[in-house]
Amino acid sequence: MARSEEGPGAERGPWSLAFRRFLRNRLAVAFLGLFVLIVLFVLAAPLWADHVAETGPNQTHTVEKLHVGDEVREVVTPEGKPIGPQWFEAGGRFFLGADSRLGRDEMVRLMYGGRVSLFIGVVSALITTFLAVVLGLLAGYYRGWVDAVIGRTLDVLWSLPVLLIGIALGISLAVGGLKVGPIAIPSGSIWNPIIVISIFSTPYIARPIRGEVLALAEKEFVEAAIAQGAGPLRVMFGEILPNLASTIIVFFTLNIANNMLFEAALSFLGAGVQPPNSSWGTMISVGEELLTTQPLLAIIPGVMIMLTVLALNIVGDGLRDALDPRSKVRLEARAGMVEPEGAAV
Amino acid sequence: MLRFVVRRLVGMAFVLFVVSVLVFLIFNVIPNSPPAQRLAGKNATPVLVKSIEEEWGFDESLPEQYATMMKKVFTGELISYSPRTPVDDRIKEGIPATLSLSIGAGIIWLFFGLLLGYFSAIRAGGWLDRVLTGVAIAGISIPVFLLAPVLIYFLTYKVEIFPNGGYVGLTEDPWEWLTHLILPWFTLAVLSIGFYSRVLRSNMLDVMNEDYVRTARAKGLSERQVMTRHVLRNSLIPIITLFGLDFGATIAGTAIITEVLYDIPGVGYYAAEAIAKVELPPIMGVTLYGAFFVVFVNGLVDIAYAYLDPRVRLGEAAR
Repeated sequence: MARSEEGPGAERGPWSLAFRRFLRNRLAVAFLGLFVLIVLFVLAAPLWADHVAETGPNQTHTVEKLHVGDEVREVVTPEGKPIGPQWFEAGGRFFLGADSRLGRDEMVRLMYGGRVSLFIGVVSALITTFLAVVLGLLAGYYRGWVDAVIGRTLDVLWSLPVLLIGIALGISLAVGGLKVGPIAIPSGSIWNPIIVISIFSTPYIARPIRGEVLALAEKEFVEAAIAQGAGPLRVMFGEILPNLASTIIVFFTLNIANNMLFEAALSFLGAGVQPPNSSWGTMISVGEELLTTQPLLAIIPGVMIMLTVLALNIVGDGLRDALDPRSKVRLEARAGMVEPEGAAV
Repeated sequence: MLRFVVRRLVGMAFVLFVVSVLVFLIFNVIPNSPPAQRLAGKNATPVLVKSIEEEWGFDESLPEQYATMMKKVFTGELISYSPRTPVDDRIKEGIPATLSLSIGAGIIWLFFGLLLGYFSAIRAGGWLDRVLTGVAIAGISIPVFLLAPVLIYFLTYKVEIFPNGGYVGLTEDPWEWLTHLILPWFTLAVLSIGFYSRVLRSNMLDVMNEDYVRTARAKGLSERQVMTRHVLRNSLIPIITLFGLDFGATIAGTAIITEVLYDIPGVGYYAAEAIAKVELPPIMGVTLYGAFFVVFVNGLVDIAYAYLDPRVRLGEAAR
């Protein structure tokens, strides 16, 4: 957005500088790499399903037998115990074993479930950020009663027990579907948890954005734009919005992580993703029932969630340090760790 | 002070009203299917659906439906329909377990959070700070639904140190109560321990730059006295507010997952059971009571905060 505004004399714009600062943060770069790997992992789901596991995420194998060398192994024993991890012994089939007495391939489910978890995390973060930016801009720019209405609404949402009300809305939509005006969503759709998560995480971004808009609206460049005859829309979206870009990027990244945790909690309890879809959260609740015999079934999806969330949080913090170097310098100067250098940035 | 309390109480009443309307909308208006059908449950007979429809007045106007619902919830008439059980009774049965879990976890996270945060701050930049920062970040990053299965598998099954889930009342057998709750407490507390230690650390680093800290040093107080009496004390006020808010949110939210994972028959377990059976009345009751509880706690915290820090109430009055 701001890239085109680089002066002809400037060799490096603020974005390129920020990018270089980010690259110097080895930890953040490493975890960005991890996040990319996780994305590639879930994107490869159809490849693995078709060519290695030769089954789909919801295909059951209740009576099937695996031939490993001379040995014959049942995918599900007559007592209903699923097979454990086979790694590559069965040519990659049932790599992580079967998920339950239904005998579905855990690895395939992990990859497809990850798609659902990441999709919900990213899409709800997009919606949350969009809502938050629009509300924050309106409240911070117009102030007065607009700010009072938006601010109060966000305060109320903020003060609610989000998980509890999220569960209530989630289960209500999961049972009945949604119908508000022209929007109709069937009951089993993954758009239901997306809506729940987007609504309830909006205040966490909208409030800081509103604060920043309040400060920016006082700046001379806004006054100059108004003096040139710019209307409210142009001031909000043309002048103020570009200055929010770094805040938005950081919050968006961190929000994906939060929303994925929210989704996992909802799905774990059965108020999020509904069958036949599954996500890492639903996989944990299925696996948890077999914790003593097949502990990996509950632990592996949990590890995937943790790695993804950790990666996004560290990348988000790295972005914050890169995009707003002052915040870090200030903190460290306070702690007496480094002398504030380049404080004039 | 009185003016602040009155303002805050009026604000609370408003929020409570908004919450009740929100819950009403969530259950009875937004979803795209007949509300009586949803309330009745999965395998309801048409006769039951019909009687629920009349009982709840679903053919009347929305404000009347709202009034009926609130009356049902707050006079204890809320019933789950398959089988018919009063929701209130089940919630009351669950409260001791939920409180045991949440209060214990709260004490643990406050104690360890402050301990780690304090040592992290007074050694800011040193190796201890780095180690504690790592511990805190690890704690923040482990989701409850990973930590609990790992702890349960290794500490109750592989090595049988703790009992595998369940709950024993404090009055029945205090020792069993304790051993059953240790793992759930830590599971619930770990995230907040990490978070609180970070918050206290950064608060203390802020306070260390204040003039009165320099004054305290200049007048010859020992470093320890400066840290505990001046820096730590002044860093605690925001932590106390935060604790109030988080504690409310824990009881009415995060504790649900921990209760399910450890089979603790609390209010959250009841709600989760209702979700699994797709029974809406219990969820309605738990949500409303839970939300009211949280709003109430938040109000108390604000008032306590204003009492502790006069700047807050003066700021409010000046606005």
